[in-house]
Amino acid sequence: MTRISTGADSAPLDSTDAQSLPQSLADVSPAREVVLAGEHAGVRLGGRAIWRDMSFEIYSGEFIAILGPNGAGKSTLLKVLLGMLPLSEGSVRVLGEPVKRGNARVGYLPQRRSFESDVCVRGCDVVRLGLDGGRWGIPLPGVRRLWGGDLHAREASARVEEVIDLVGASHYAQRPIGELSGGEQQRLLIAQALVTRPRILLLDEPLESLDLNNQQIVSALIRRVSQEQQVTVLMVAHDVNPILSSLDRVLYLGRNQTALGTPQEVITSETLSLLYDAPIEVLRTRDGRIVVVGQPEEVSHARQLR
Amino acid sequence: MLVSFADEVQLSWDLVADLQQLFAYHFMQNAFLAGTLVALAAGAVGYFMVLRSQSFAGHTLAQAGFPGALGAALLGYSPVLGLIGFGVGAALLIGVLSARESKGQDSAIGIVLAFSLGLGLLFIRLSHANNTTGLYSLLFGSVLGVSDGDLGPIALTTLVTLVTLAVVARPLLFASLDPEVAAAKGVPVRLLALLFLVLLAFAVAEAVKIVGVLLIFALLVTPAAIAQELTARPALSVGVSVLLALVFTWSGLAIGYFTPYPVGFFITSFAFGTYVLVRLTRAAYTRSARRKSAVREGALVL
Repeated sequence: MTRISTGADSAPLDSTDAQSLPQSLADVSPAREVVLAGEHAGVRLGGRAIWRDMSFEIYSGEFIAILGPNGAGKSTLLKVLLGMLPLSEGSVRVLGEPVKRGNARVGYLPQRRSFESDVCVRGCDVVRLGLDGGRWGIPLPGVRRLWGGDLHAREASARVEEVIDLVGASHYAQRPIGELSGGEQQRLLIAQALVTRPRILLLDEPLESLDLNNQQIVSALIRRVSQEQQVTVLMVAHDVNPILSSLDRVLYLGRNQTALGTPQEVITSETLSLLYDAPIEVLRTRDGRIVVVGQPEEVSHARQLR
Repeated sequence: MLVSFADEVQLSWDLVADLQQLFAYHFMQNAFLAGTLVALAAGAVGYFMVLRSQSFAGHTLAQAGFPGALGAALLGYSPVLGLIGFGVGAALLIGVLSARESKGQDSAIGIVLAFSLGLGLLFIRLSHANNTTGLYSLLFGSVLGVSDGDLGPIALTTLVTLVTLAVVARPLLFASLDPEVAAAKGVPVRLLALLFLVLLAFAVAEAVKIVGVLLIFALLVTPAAIAQELTARPALSVGVSVLLALVFTWSGLAIGYFTPYPVGFFITSFAFGTYVLVRLTRAAYTRSARRKSAVREGALVL
């Protein structure tokens, strides 16, 4: 069953219907930890309701794509979870606590242009900033030793090295980040988001502006990290196809309504037509790709096939 | 004050004698002290200015010092106070005017620049014409005219600038490279941007005394740009930038002392020459590296 919440009908969503979940999730015991939970959450920006009455429960280790037309509030949702935007109604809990800015257990990769080619700072320095870039003062080697801070610094360096190794960026992490390709930069930025060992990773269109080959490398990396480290991934995506095989569920933000469920349930002609309030046709190609037809003025999901 | 000493001092092969000559006069001791203090602040602040691509802001803060110094002189205060006061005022004004945009302070900076130059024009008219010497030294620096009274404010400004910069260095680096993630991590990006403009105003106000409003970038941009060409390690890069600013200032002062030509010319020329040299060396190095890797891959190199 697809769960759809509408703005008009404010009935809370049913608890998760185990049968609707993919096999991997359905097997898991019902005591699975809820890492993100929203209750009738809504956001207004400049007097306009971006989305409202959004209720959801997201579990540890899930890989979820956030889809929807431009302006549906996908990036806004990530910013709310980061504590950078306040809710106008309802509540959101991150790891059982109210949202707070600068939570080390939440990693973030903003929608991004790449670094300018003249940025002369090493990739590993950019990763390191994710760990201690918010701290005031500069560590002085002599002072550090007085209160055993050297150990701390060594641990930090080891962690940076470890995470760079994890994303497979070791052989170019010492080079200025501006000289690296888009895919290489993106891998280092994922390392930066992972360096604090977050439980949740919020990614805003990480595959945008990458070529097909790098899209595959980066999405495989994100899936691997999500599985190996039990990190919950919320990824805003324009095109669902490159990550379709990795996804557990899809959160679809439509006009005044949202739907959360498996791709098979949500990305259907019926559900999308309901979300858009317009006739939408979803086609599935023989190799499993999804093509969405009829979205008014929005970018389709199958930009590759254009 | 601008009279050349070239007739009285002679450069010789005796290094000790040369150094003794160099520091024989009190005004030269002051010049070296002030130059050193200014280079310390300019080299460090310049690194972040180049990293943040805020050269235009630096330029404007220097220009804002121009009416500042003239106005202070008109009212009978020390020009240094006017430089710092107007510079900080302009920094805050730029910060407030561009507060709503996340980037692209360009129009706000341009507006402040035009207004401050207009004020400068008014103050020139008000200061009864024949003050061209003061105007000249404001535009091109008067390092040989640093008085004992100037040293105190310059030292204090350098100290405040360097200490503040050290405290905010890491968050500032984070906010400069990666403002969105820094903001998500709780770094006060906006506040740091404003604070940095104020620090830049401090460094600029000091440097005007040495190289003047027009030549300021020789100490703010060039050493930092060279340092970023040489190394991608942030801490090392700041160090190299400071060191280069010191070397340019010292050698400019020394050569300027033994020749009849202005110090500002030598400082800017050394800076420019070094920059060109480093760029050429790097280009040659990159080319040979590319050629080597092409040979390794078995490609035909023409």
